[in-house]
Amino acid sequence: MNFNFQIFPTKASDMAGQVDSLYLFLVLLTTFFSLLIALLILFFAIKYRRTPERKAEQIHGSTLLEIVWSVIPLGISMVIFAWGAQIYYHMERAPANALEIYGVGKQWMWKFQHPGGQREINELHVPMGRPVKVTLISQDVIHSFFVPAFRVKQDVLPNRYVFTWFTATVPGTYHLFCSQYCGTKHSGMVGSVVVMTQEDYANWLASGKAEGSLASQGEKLFQQYGCTTCHRPDSGARGPNLDGLYGRSVRLEDNRVVLADDNYIRESILEPNAKVVSGFRSIMPTFRGVVGEEDLISITEYIKHLSEQELNPLNNRSTPTQIRDNEVPNIQQQQRVPQGPRPATEPGKKP
Amino acid sequence: MSTSQTTTDHHPALAHQFDSMEQQQNASTFGMWVFLLTEIMMFGGLFTAYLIYRIKFYPAFVAGSTSISVSWGFANTLVLIGSSFTMAMAVWAAQRGKRQMQVWFLIGTMVLGAAFLGVKAKEYTDKYQECHIPGHVIGKGFNTWGGCSASDNKLGNIADEIREKDPNIPEGAAKQTAHQTEIFFSFYFAMTGLHAFHMVIGMGLMTWLTLRASRGEFGPQYYTPMELGGLYWHFVDIVWIFLFPLLYLISRHHHGV
Amino acid sequence: MSTATTIVKPVMPERHYLNDNYGIRSWLLTKDHKRIAILYLITITFFFFLGGIFAALIRLHLLTPNGELFQSDTYNKLFTMHGVNMIFFFLVPSVPATLGNFLLPIMIGTKDLAFPKINLLSWYIFVVGAGFALAALVTGGVDTGWTFYAPLSTGYLRTHVILLAVGVLIAGFASIFTGLNFIVTVHRMRAPGMTWGRLPLFVWANYATSIIMILGTPVIAITLILVALERGFHIGIFDPNLGGDPVLFQHMFWFYSHPAVYIMILPGMGVISEIVTCFSRKRVFGYSFIAFSSIAIAVFGFVVWAHHMFVAGISVYSALVFSVLSYAVAIPSAVKVFNWTATMYKGSVKLDTPMLYALAFIGLFTIGGMTGLFLAALGLDIHIHDTYFVIAHFHYVMVGGMVTAYLGGLHFWWPKITGRMYPEPPAKLAALVTFIGFNLTFFPQFILGYLGMPRRYWAYPPEFQVLNVLSTAGASILAVGFILPLIYFAWSLKFGEIAGDNPWQAAGLEWETSSPPPTHNFDKPPVVTKEPYHYGDEEADGVH
Repeated sequence: MNFNFQIFPTKASDMAGQVDSLYLFLVLLTTFFSLLIALLILFFAIKYRRTPERKAEQIHGSTLLEIVWSVIPLGISMVIFAWGAQIYYHMERAPANALEIYGVGKQWMWKFQHPGGQREINELHVPMGRPVKVTLISQDVIHSFFVPAFRVKQDVLPNRYVFTWFTATVPGTYHLFCSQYCGTKHSGMVGSVVVMTQEDYANWLASGKAEGSLASQGEKLFQQYGCTTCHRPDSGARGPNLDGLYGRSVRLEDNRVVLADDNYIRESILEPNAKVVSGFRSIMPTFRGVVGEEDLISITEYIKHLSEQELNPLNNRSTPTQIRDNEVPNIQQQQRVPQGPRPATEPGKKP
Repeated sequence: MSTSQTTTDHHPALAHQFDSMEQQQNASTFGMWVFLLTEIMMFGGLFTAYLIYRIKFYPAFVAGSTSISVSWGFANTLVLIGSSFTMAMAVWAAQRGKRQMQVWFLIGTMVLGAAFLGVKAKEYTDKYQECHIPGHVIGKGFNTWGGCSASDNKLGNIADEIREKDPNIPEGAAKQTAHQTEIFFSFYFAMTGLHAFHMVIGMGLMTWLTLRASRGEFGPQYYTPMELGGLYWHFVDIVWIFLFPLLYLISRHHHGV
Repeated sequence: MSTATTIVKPVMPERHYLNDNYGIRSWLLTKDHKRIAILYLITITFFFFLGGIFAALIRLHLLTPNGELFQSDTYNKLFTMHGVNMIFFFLVPSVPATLGNFLLPIMIGTKDLAFPKINLLSWYIFVVGAGFALAALVTGGVDTGWTFYAPLSTGYLRTHVILLAVGVLIAGFASIFTGLNFIVTVHRMRAPGMTWGRLPLFVWANYATSIIMILGTPVIAITLILVALERGFHIGIFDPNLGGDPVLFQHMFWFYSHPAVYIMILPGMGVISEIVTCFSRKRVFGYSFIAFSSIAIAVFGFVVWAHHMFVAGISVYSALVFSVLSYAVAIPSAVKVFNWTATMYKGSVKLDTPMLYALAFIGLFTIGGMTGLFLAALGLDIHIHDTYFVIAHFHYVMVGGMVTAYLGGLHFWWPKITGRMYPEPPAKLAALVTFIGFNLTFFPQFILGYLGMPRRYWAYPPEFQVLNVLSTAGASILAVGFILPLIYFAWSLKFGEIAGDNPWQAAGLEWETSSPPPTHNFDKPPVVTKEPYHYGDEEADGVH
């Protein structure tokens, strides 16, 4: 048997200390009240034990006391709530300058992609001392990205990007767990997060074979899938120009205004009819079943890096071009990546 | 064990746990209302899920709604309202001890209920033939974009219908919307199916009530089962009153998109 | 103050509900709420031990970190079947369907529940649902986790999910009918003089529970129907590949399953109110506060469900709302704990077995409830969600709380139900063994959870082994603590001391009729003139 054990987890992120403080406060609070109640009931059980000489005193209650012991716990609760909310609020807002890494969870492994194109399986190398934002998606069921040393957890959903972020503070290797039950090898979907000094991280990035950055891979895919047919900066283009799109507000044809974030880009590729940009027709075919999850990430990364455009602002088109159907590329004939519905009688196929 | 002097306390229908017919009637009616409350919660959960997806996939819901027949749905609505009327009349007759009238109105309710179920059967058959049954377990599977029938690729072709309404919508977009109608039809069958299941139970209740009514069991002193049956039947009717506009009348007042 | 009269040894009444009729038909077709309670008692005891066997296997497996005892698929089935059995086939019916069914009509002074045939029907529905669940078990078991999350459960598993889902949803209807019966009974069948303000707190607790049962259970029914449809027909209500939203499943699931935990605990709290008053010989400190706190818990319990989903992808603003409401729902429970403690103050306390269980409840429920505050704190929940911390929390409230209260209630009312006393020394021993075993099992799990050990892990990093071994050691002791009552309760049926009408000299209408009660509960219908817990009238009652 392994006799090395800890009582308290390692702290390796800047938030870990804050989470631990709240935890310790609650431990003390719980200990205090539990001991208080336990000692009281034991004390009363002994002091007021049944004897033939003494009868119980029928006390009529006390509204004041009831109010006191309702209001005080309520007050304490609100303090705890505010404290927890403040930590949570901070943890839900990634800083703008965070290093962005993409993660795909699938039964039963984690795949990570660094912006420089480096890929990892079940291991995630990160630099210490700077915020790292991990954008995550699942290829099948719901998983959860959990790094106890950072006190960070985020459920990873299919068909929708979510993110989590942290600033690692101590170099070392830490557990990565999947913490949302996902089937047979749920407990095997573990890995490590390797925190390195910034210098070591730069060296690590430079070593290993370079396939080119994610964005440049995405650019190749953008051409390969025929996106450039319609998405061009010239005025004859059938699709909106994507320069400078990322992070902007977009007006749709039904007058809604939405934010062009990762999920918007992904949805536009897979369900192009869901949000059609004002001034354009819904002629874009769907690429669901054609573009795999990791290619989607590369394409998204590419689009994010498209520079600000000078001419033809995105949502200022007035007259849509006349479109003939046979000019829209026929995607179905291109390469297929198995994805999408599969019969439930077979175990989840891994594409 | 009761000490009241009225004859109703020795009524054969007085259950042993109650002290008087009045208490029994009170409690039973209250119980039925509580039960209907649970039914509201159950249908409510389903309706909530429906509303969420309707907002998410509105064009597809419009297209799916267009492909089911408003005429038959409306006919069914009239049939059910009629059956609620006959049911109310049956309860009225029971309260007055009119044995023949009770039985006839109950039978009338059942006939209308059967008519409702018959129309639903026809609608379901139509959906089967048009390949609008979601999933790929029943029949020829789900196909709303052509190819359901070998000889006629317009049968059940919602993509075509979308483009007929608005020729500016290109084929790809129409097919995509047609794919999404699978969710609409899932809810269509789940909601009308759950409702029809309750109708069938209702028919069973009506049969039992008719038997008892024909034996003269109900009169001014005791008509509680009729009243409870009435409450149940009216509830099932009201569920349909919600279902009909939610499923059949999506965006119908717009001609076109 | 003893008088010179000799104490008469109690005798069993000649006719009572157990011997009024013999034969299997008189039991299987009974309309007597007391017999139906016994039917339920036997059934849920079976499922308790079945779920307990799964728990034992889980703990044995977790002795080693590398998953050596069972294969991972088997292990996944073990924790699923443990959870489903314990929650749906033991905890939810436990007090309401056994003690509630037995006592509620007697406590309010009437002959039976409002709808005895529906009561019997509810037992049959329960058995049918349980049958489906057992069918799922013998055809290989199900491995979705008791929470059935989509899309895992709807599209990625080959086990008989639909069988189990159907079993659970059918059993849910049993719960609905019980709740419906209780509500109508309390509203319409109270004896003359039994006003709402004189109802025993056990009745208030079951009434509040019934409200939750009737409003919440239908939602899990429809959710499971949709899961079954999705699985059976491959439609996409929750599967994102087909346009569905898996988070919607979680909302619908937890909309019932959170109130369900209050269904599970409120009746236990009702039991504690009865026991603490009797064994302190005092009226309860704040009757209205305890009564209304039950209603408050029922109401608030419906608006906190998404605290199970803080990291599931809900918006920050939703999370804030659900967190603050979760703190609000904790307050009424705290009020109860303080009131019970205050009830003991200046009382006349006797530590018989029911009181031991009640005191254990108060302590363990406080710990369990307060660890809920940890989970409701957003920033902290991110770390401890889906870890062993959650497991420890809910076992403290469910086992340290509810099962303890159930056992306390069984001991307290055993003489009323059977006419015989259980033997006190082994009972005290069992209570002690259970208490020790329970804490040793689950306290280490708080530590494990904060360290980061996730739930539902077949294998775990070796540094977690010591705590797991401690936990398993505790489980073996806990098992003994649970088996002992099975033995001595059975023994007492034949050899237990005859109890008499009121062995505890307790207040309450149930103690004013014979033990066991006659089929029609009272020889003369009672008229209520006294307030509840009228322990101050002891002289008038001739009690000392």
